[in-house]
Amino acid sequence: MAKPETDEITGTETTGHEWDGIKELNTPLPRWWLWTFYATIIWAIGYTVLYPAWPLVDGATRGVLGWSSRADLTSTLAGVEQEQSQYLTKINELSLGEIAQDPELYQFAVAGGRSAFAVNCVQCHGSGAQGFEGYPNLNDDSWIWGGTLDDIYTTVRHGIRYEADEDTRFSQMLAFGRDGMLDRTQINDVAEYVLSLSGQDHDAAAAQAGAAVYTDNCAVCHGDKGQGSRELGAPRLNDAIWLYGGDKASIVAQVNAPRHGVMPAWSGRLDPATIKQLVLFVHSLGGGE
Amino acid sequence: MTEIINRLEPGAVDTVDVEAVNSKERRKLYQARVKVFPKRTHGTFRSLKWWIMAITLGIYYLTPWLRWDRGPYAPDQAVLVDLANRRFYFFFVEIWPQEFYYIAGLLIMAGVGLFLITSTVGRAWCGYTCPQTVWVDLFLVVERWVEGDRNQRIKLDKASWSFDKARKFVTKHAIWLLIAMATGGAWIFYFADAPTLALNFVEGEAPFVAYSTVAVLTATTYVLAGFMREQVCTYMCPWPRIQAAMLDEDSLTVTYNDWRGEPRGKLSKKANADERAVGDCIDCNQCVAVCPMGIDIREGQQLECITCALCIDACNGVMDKIGRARGLISYSTFSEYSRRAAGETVKTTWRSFVRPRTMVYLALWSLAGIAMLIHLGMRDRLDVNVLHDRNPLHVTLSDGSIRNGYTVKILNMQARPRVFTVSLDGLDGAFMQVEAAGAETLTQEVARVEVEPDKLRQLRIYVHQPKDAVTGEREDFRFIVRDTDSDEQSTYSAIFYAPER
Repeated sequence: MAKPETDEITGTETTGHEWDGIKELNTPLPRWWLWTFYATIIWAIGYTVLYPAWPLVDGATRGVLGWSSRADLTSTLAGVEQEQSQYLTKINELSLGEIAQDPELYQFAVAGGRSAFAVNCVQCHGSGAQGFEGYPNLNDDSWIWGGTLDDIYTTVRHGIRYEADEDTRFSQMLAFGRDGMLDRTQINDVAEYVLSLSGQDHDAAAAQAGAAVYTDNCAVCHGDKGQGSRELGAPRLNDAIWLYGGDKASIVAQVNAPRHGVMPAWSGRLDPATIKQLVLFVHSLGGGE
Repeated sequence: MTEIINRLEPGAVDTVDVEAVNSKERRKLYQARVKVFPKRTHGTFRSLKWWIMAITLGIYYLTPWLRWDRGPYAPDQAVLVDLANRRFYFFFVEIWPQEFYYIAGLLIMAGVGLFLITSTVGRAWCGYTCPQTVWVDLFLVVERWVEGDRNQRIKLDKASWSFDKARKFVTKHAIWLLIAMATGGAWIFYFADAPTLALNFVEGEAPFVAYSTVAVLTATTYVLAGFMREQVCTYMCPWPRIQAAMLDEDSLTVTYNDWRGEPRGKLSKKANADERAVGDCIDCNQCVAVCPMGIDIREGQQLECITCALCIDACNGVMDKIGRARGLISYSTFSEYSRRAAGETVKTTWRSFVRPRTMVYLALWSLAGIAMLIHLGMRDRLDVNVLHDRNPLHVTLSDGSIRNGYTVKILNMQARPRVFTVSLDGLDGAFMQVEAAGAETLTQEVARVEVEPDKLRQLRIYVHQPKDAVTGEREDFRFIVRDTDSDEQSTYSAIFYAPER
């Protein structure tokens, strides 16, 4: 080892480090600094004794306090559940209408419904409840089975065309084309008539011919003006909203061999309070009646 | 065998008791603190420091108790940092979190202000107003009151433990702890209504954070002002290093005028008789004895010097006694010092402050301050934020009309309830559906809402545009929120989306 160099001015040894002629002095640290260092070591020892710290072959020391992040999470969640329970009890007890009257409870329910929706409903209805072809948009004001709180409640609980539930909502349109009830011309004409009902461009002559076909075959469910029927689950035909598309090809396809969506019954899968929250959330999306 | 006989006896060689200065044993890794026992001084700067101590401590302890009437809807504490509600009150100013740039502006002013002060009067912050300096000074007053002045304290420190020493020790530390607690105690009053919190604190009903804050600040005050003292400035604080880099030859520093003082020597008849040239410094070491940092200013500018100027007072007192001119140690710039050393007569005046560098600092500092004041005078006390629903962007309704959803946040930044009208501007045929309790629809484009004092109100607003009025996939329009009383208004440009045709 080279002999330590001593700085002339201060009489202090240098560390031997030099940058551009500037040398680093090896000034002793203040002693309190050392004490602080020892204090951190003592703190660390205490910490490793109290908390899980030392790795072992299969796990780690548990610490005297017995603290674990998992137990911490469990107790935090229990605390949250405890806080939520007062609201959930009320939601179970009150009717949907009553819940909607209590601003604080309503806010809780809609927020809870939003998260339940994100887990259970977005797969079909979309993350914004905007729907897709065959899956209804829940934001709009068009409801096949009704848009009041109670209507939505029934739909969510019992589902649609869900055979395992006796009270499920059920509707079925006949396959007029596939089963040979209407021929191609009749289907073409009735499609033109349906276009006219919703105010779209149509062939007036064909539509006039289709009116009779409509009255004979369709009006019984969809109504004489295409206003639909919520009791029967028959969609409105005279509005701008189409579950399977509103252009002529889509209408023809639906008349020929209709598609029918299925929604499962959520009663039994979700607890009653969650279902109520879901209903309030869906109702709050802007189209609720 | 004969060789051994020829050698000298070991005892015949002189052994010298000496050890190399850089021997391993002498090289200390850690330096224990050398205790400093500053002596009491009297004089101009000591008086100035008393005044500054009284003023700064007064401001610190009393400010939270000042009241300021803001009406029934806002706290009446003049200075209040309301963390729970995220409001900062300073007399007539109230700041919301989004106006934090005022604090940023103040920090910029503090930074430039430090440049300005340092480049003109040197480390005046360190010497007079730094809390560390002020509290150490306060603790020293207690120390001196209990244990006596420098010599008595040194004697007491060396003395073995006795009842008297123990009594003084307990008294001193008890008073220090009381001051430390008062320091921590005053701090928490800035964050809550002072009288209420004081009562709760005494009754044991204050929040835990109040007690823990007081405990931490008590501990830091007690340790930093009682024990660490000058070590804080020398080892812990970054300011001395920064300020040392900012001093130039025209900055005032506490200067020992060695051209006048050296060669120093005892004032003695012998020296006079010998007609030796003797400087004004009589080597009385008073300047060292009074220094709270424990340094010798005669060594020149040092990192440790906080420029408290107590050595000037001490030296002036000595010069008066021996009938020499004051100012052997004086505030002086380096350039003045050099000129005086060269024999010129230079008077220290404020003119040395006026330099391009200081003027630039002053201009920047004033600019920041004036800009903030103007902004403060013109700032809005009503603000609107609009969030457009992203999913779905638009909803087609059964009549073919298009609906867009917006979350509109109205910020009433005044401490009184206000009624606003919310209206649409620039969207043909559109109407609004406001989903908020108590919202009143005036026309299809205008609604009236009340917003609580000093609160944000969030509204869900659906905007509908009839099918035939929709012109394209996106259309710009504005939400206009207007105060029904004062006509103050705020506008937010939003976009209305429609599906592809």
